[in-house]
Amino acid sequence: MEYFFELLLSGLTRGSIYALIALGYTMVYGIIQLINFAHGEVYMIGAFTALIVASILTMLGWNEIAILFIASVVAVVYSMAYGYTLEKVAYKPLRHAPRLSALISAIGMSLFLQNYVLLAQTSDFMPFPSLIPDLEILEPIAHLITTPEIAIILTTAIVMVLLTFMIKFTRVGKAMRATSQDREMAMLVGVDVNRVISITFIVGSATAALGGVLIASHVGQINFYIGFIAGIKAFVAAVLGGIGSMPGAVLGSLVLGCAEAFFTGFVSSDYEDVFAFIILVVILIFRPAGILGRSDISKV
Amino acid sequence: MFGFEEIKKSFLTSLWFMFLTFPIMVIRVNTVQNIVEWRWERMFMIGIGSFFLSFLWRYLLERKELGQKKADLGEVDSIPWNRRIAREPRFYIPALIAICVFVLVFPFTFSLYQTTIMITALIYVITGLGLNIVVGLAGLLDLGYVAFYAVGAYSYALLNYHFGLGFWTVLPIGAGMGLIFGILLGFPVLRLKGDYLAIVTLGFGEIIRLVLENWNDFSFGPSGIANIPRPGLFGIQMSLHQATIYLYFVMIFLVLVTIFVVRRLQDSRIGRAWIALREDEVACQAMGIDKTWTKLSAFAMGATWAGMAGVVFAAKTTFINPASFTLWESIIILCVVVLGGMGSVIGVIFGALTLILLPEYLRAFSEYRLLIFGAVLVVMMVFRPGGIVSPERRIYQFKGTAPDKPKAEASTPG
Repeated sequence: MEYFFELLLSGLTRGSIYALIALGYTMVYGIIQLINFAHGEVYMIGAFTALIVASILTMLGWNEIAILFIASVVAVVYSMAYGYTLEKVAYKPLRHAPRLSALISAIGMSLFLQNYVLLAQTSDFMPFPSLIPDLEILEPIAHLITTPEIAIILTTAIVMVLLTFMIKFTRVGKAMRATSQDREMAMLVGVDVNRVISITFIVGSATAALGGVLIASHVGQINFYIGFIAGIKAFVAAVLGGIGSMPGAVLGSLVLGCAEAFFTGFVSSDYEDVFAFIILVVILIFRPAGILGRSDISKV
Repeated sequence: MFGFEEIKKSFLTSLWFMFLTFPIMVIRVNTVQNIVEWRWERMFMIGIGSFFLSFLWRYLLERKELGQKKADLGEVDSIPWNRRIAREPRFYIPALIAICVFVLVFPFTFSLYQTTIMITALIYVITGLGLNIVVGLAGLLDLGYVAFYAVGAYSYALLNYHFGLGFWTVLPIGAGMGLIFGILLGFPVLRLKGDYLAIVTLGFGEIIRLVLENWNDFSFGPSGIANIPRPGLFGIQMSLHQATIYLYFVMIFLVLVTIFVVRRLQDSRIGRAWIALREDEVACQAMGIDKTWTKLSAFAMGATWAGMAGVVFAAKTTFINPASFTLWESIIILCVVVLGGMGSVIGVIFGALTLILLPEYLRAFSEYRLLIFGAVLVVMMVFRPGGIVSPERRIYQFKGTAPDKPKAEASTPG
């Protein structure tokens, strides 16, 4: 039974990280119907930026909490900048092009960013300092769940609540919803669509960067390739929950995280990624709209 | 063009990129020895580079918009150079003869190494032409294409290992295995729309690679299969050099067969159905074309060529392991198709030769290969979505009507 809880909690942690990335996918898809393939790369760049900042500050001998805070803020700011630039360079000129073109451009951007980090930094795994300190209050349950894991789950919950609040109650959120429903109509009523799309990319990148910092400090090492697998998994989660729906993305991520944890715990760890892809294929074949998604009917 | 406003814009862009690339490009930390390396000269280079590139970027964007406006107004530019060459027999006949002579003497005038590279490029020509059917003609983005390539390669390696079958026997079997896998995988996924299809095919590609990597009893795992024989010629013993030259001509023959089949397919009833499906799915169904069957046939046809190319690949390298069949291989083949021109046979051949031969000869840039590939994909999509040699739209004309009456022209999309 204890083993079961252990797997469940590790699944929830894993799912929470997928959720932070999947939110960005789902927001972008909801607004411009584009699979932002380079989203995982933004996450990876966030992790790398945090690593660089944290290492420098550690050498200068700052205290742990300050390092965690500053590294996260810098990572988030840089990821936002990358997300914004990415949209301006690779997607904005293709706004009216066929969707296949935008997708190929996204793949190109993903390949470019991966190799940019590979060439500018290193192809080896870099050790990542564990930025989140272990709290003593949590000592009694440490065999079940560690402080970083609790931090990850809590962060995801907070981000989720904040995002929901933003979409539901703020002016920007209203503009986002309007844009996702009908871009031309939104323009007619005075929504600056280009700005809304930029903001969506910026917010999505910021959550991805948070995920990047958290998972890197949890796992303890990063390299240029982590964005790709994480990105694909998060995409699977977003599709599982119903792409375009934010609660769906979180739910899908948690389901995928737990399913993977149980699969590796009870069956085999060799085929972990195969299992994730099989879930994706099965979901897409039997329920293409996902768990919480609406199926769209194309009108002619 | 070079007014104050423009310079200001470029200056801001260059400042922005200097900021953006600062942590990744400039700083490198060594966490083991606690050393920080500052590489300021890179920041300087990025600043200057992005300053000039942003001029080019805006100039090209402006030109593209101008071209679009002209096209909207019905002012078509003069016929592009590649069309003009294709129409004038006085140009293309000598060109064709020159190419034939070059192809025939190539392995005898150049070294073994060059011939081997050329064979690799020709393998990409075949896979590119196969993927061109799926992506270029039918408009289905297949990111797991390399899975079928792996199926072909492993068919040859395993059939040879267990039953001792030779290259020529396995070539059709490999193609057949590709076809079967294409149908098996295509059947469930082809109901999906564009981007979902891309992700699911990507998933299938990864599944096949991971299975090959983990199922040791079947595929010998990551260590792969070695000592795969080269193609034979009636049991004649050949030296390495002769065998390579022979393989080269086998490849030329296969490329010619592929070109012939693809061209015939393109103009056939099913080829036109693929193009129609790419242009407009709903209209296509309204015309009575069976969507599922048409998509499936494109998918399976592409997989067949990949299977065949896989057999050749195994015979060429004489060693295969799952590491040769990663997602990036699929993306390189996609690059070949996109760069050359989706839907155009000449374009794909040109794309394959450029993308495979250039990095081989520009050894200094070989580590930047994938970086440049990524940039090429983005830049091509933004500025020239049709590729270098964009496919010619066929115009079907009724016989007997005067060509100077444009109303009588029945043009089909594609």
